[in-house]
Amino acid sequence: MSHDVLVALPLVIPLATAVIAMLFYNSRESQRVISVIGATALFAASIALLIAVREDGVLVSEFGAWAPPFGINMVADLLSAIMVLMTGLIAFTVSIYSLATMDPRRESFGYYPLFHILLMGITGSFMTGDMFNLFVWFEVMLIASFVLIALGGERPQLEGAIKYVALNLISSMILLSAIGLLYGVAGTLNFADLGMKLQDVDEPWLVTTIGMMFLVSFGIKAAIFPMFFWLPASYHTPPIAVTALIAALLSKVGVYALIRAFTLVFTQETSYTHQILLVVAGATMVTGVLGAVAQYEVRKLLSFHIISQIGYMLVGLAILSPLALAGSIFYIVHNMVTKTNLFLISGVSYRLQGTYELKELGSLYRYHPYVSTLFFVSAMALAGMPPFSGFMAKLTLVRGSLEIEHYAIVAVALFTSLLTLFSMTKIWTEGYWTPSKAEENDELPPGVEDFPGWTSNMIAMFVPILILAALSVGMGLLAQPVISLLIETAEQLLDPSVYIEAVLGDES
Amino acid sequence: METLMAVLVGVLFASGIYLMLRRSIVKLAIGLVLLSQAANLTLFTAAGLTRGSPPLVPEGGDMPPVPFADPLPQALVLTAIVIGFGVLAFTLVLVKRVYQTVGTDDMDEMRSTDGFKD
Repeated sequence: MSHDVLVALPLVIPLATAVIAMLFYNSRESQRVISVIGATALFAASIALLIAVREDGVLVSEFGAWAPPFGINMVADLLSAIMVLMTGLIAFTVSIYSLATMDPRRESFGYYPLFHILLMGITGSFMTGDMFNLFVWFEVMLIASFVLIALGGERPQLEGAIKYVALNLISSMILLSAIGLLYGVAGTLNFADLGMKLQDVDEPWLVTTIGMMFLVSFGIKAAIFPMFFWLPASYHTPPIAVTALIAALLSKVGVYALIRAFTLVFTQETSYTHQILLVVAGATMVTGVLGAVAQYEVRKLLSFHIISQIGYMLVGLAILSPLALAGSIFYIVHNMVTKTNLFLISGVSYRLQGTYELKELGSLYRYHPYVSTLFFVSAMALAGMPPFSGFMAKLTLVRGSLEIEHYAIVAVALFTSLLTLFSMTKIWTEGYWTPSKAEENDELPPGVEDFPGWTSNMIAMFVPILILAALSVGMGLLAQPVISLLIETAEQLLDPSVYIEAVLGDES
Repeated sequence: METLMAVLVGVLFASGIYLMLRRSIVKLAIGLVLLSQAANLTLFTAAGLTRGSPPLVPEGGDMPPVPFADPLPQALVLTAIVIGFGVLAFTLVLVKRVYQTVGTDDMDEMRSTDGFKD
C-alpha cells in the first residue's frame, strides 16, 4: 500500500466506522458488530503502519498535496506509529469488552459512534504535523470524551463532567493563545518548520515563555502536578468501559504532545525547561501515589495511579537521554496495557459482587481464582515486579537516569514504586483475600451462586483481559525486541533533523 | 492598536477567570465564553495587525502588493470560533442538565465525586 494510504487509514477507519454506525442508529445489534469490525480494522491498520515506518523511516502524507510548511501534513515517525498501535490495541480490546458491559440505553444513544470519533481524535493528535491541527484534533477528542463521560446523565457523571469540561476548556484556551503567540514569533506552525526556525531565533527567552504556556496547557491534559485535580474527580464516574478507554488514552495524548513539543520545538533552553519538567515529574509521581494510597474505591484508586504514572513518563523527557526516553515510552506502552486491564478486571469484580468499594468486596480469590490471577499479574506489573512489563519499563528508566547521575529522581521513582506496590496489595488483601461480609455470616458472597457461567457476555469480558495480561507478561519476558525498538524511537526523537528532513525534504 | 488589543485581551482573560472562580455554573459558562474570545483575539493580534490591501495576487504577479494582511491567522481564528461555538453549545446543555439533575447551580454542592465515601 502506498504511504499516503497507510498514514490516512488510522484516521479514516474510525471516521468511517462512526458514520456507518450512525446510519444504523436504530439498530443496536448492527452498531455493536460495526464497532468491533471498525476497531479490529484500526488495530490491523496500526500494525501495518508501524511495520512500514520501521522499514521505510518517517512517513509523511501531505493532505491536499499542499507542500509543507504551507499545507497540513500527517507525519508518522516511530513514536507516532507506536502510539497509534497502542490506540488500536486499546480500541480493539475495549470495543469487545463494551459489548458485555454497556447498558442498552447508553448503546442506543450513540455510544459506539462516539467511541470511534474519540479514537479518530486521538490518532489524529498522534500523527498531525502541525500545531494548530493538533489543537483541532484535541477538540475532536475532547468533545467526544465530554459526551462519553456525561452519557447516561447520572448525578456523579454530570458532576464529574462539569469539572472535566471546564478544566479541559481552560487548557484549550491556553493552547490557542500559545499557538497565536508562537505564530507571531515564528511565522509558521508546522512542527518541522518550527523545529528548524526556532533554532536560531533572536529572542530564545520569548520562545521559552511560550513553551511554558504549552507546558501548562498540555500539562492540564496530561494531568501533571499541580494540575491534575479534574482527573480523579471525573474519570471514575462513567461506566467502566468508558473509564478504561479514556484512562488508557486521553492523558497519554497530553504526554505525547509534551514529548513532541519538548523534543522537536522547544529545545532552545533545555537546562531551564527540562529542569522544570524533572521537578514536575517527581512531584506528580509522589502526589499521585499518595492520593491512591488513601483511597478505598477501586476506580478512584486506579485513577490516582494514572497521575503517578504520568510522572514516570515525564522523567525520560526531562532527562533527554536515549535510554531514559526509551524507558519513558516503554512506560507509556506498559501503562496503557496494564492500567486498562486493571480497570477491565475491576469491571469483572463489579459484575460479580456489585460494588467498587474495597471494604465491601471480598473472598474473590477463594471463589474466582482465575479472575484473581489475572488481577495479580496486572497489579504486579503496575507495581513493577519482575518478570512483568512494569519491571522492564522501570528498569530501563532507572538505568537511564543513573547513567546521567540523576540520583534524586531515581530515589523518588523507587519510593513511589514502593507505595504503588503497597496500594496494589491493599486491593489484593481487601478485595481478594479478606472474607467478604456475607462469608463472615456463613453465607456465600454475591457472585458465587448467581455466577452467570461462561455465557457469551462473560467470554467477551475475559478475552480482552486475557490478551492484555498476556501482553503484560510477554513484554516483560521478551523485552529485548521491545526495548531495541524503543531505543530506536528515542534516538529518532533526540535527533530532530530526521523528522525535519522527512517533512521538508533535503532543502533544510 | 496592538497595545489597545493587548489591554483588551488582558481584561477579557481577567474577567473570564474571575467568572470561572465564582461558584455558579452559569457564570462558569460565561467565563468560558470570555476566555475563548480572549484566546481568539490573542491569536488575531499576535500575528500582527496590518491595515493594508487584501492578500490577493494580481494577475501576472507572484506576490500580493505590500503591505498585505496575513490571511492565515484569520483562517485560524475562524476555525477556532467555530470550534468554540460548538463546545459552548455543549457546555450550555451540560450546565442545564447539571442544574436539572443536581437541583442547584452552586459548584460547592457538586462535590460528591471528590471526597471519600464514609
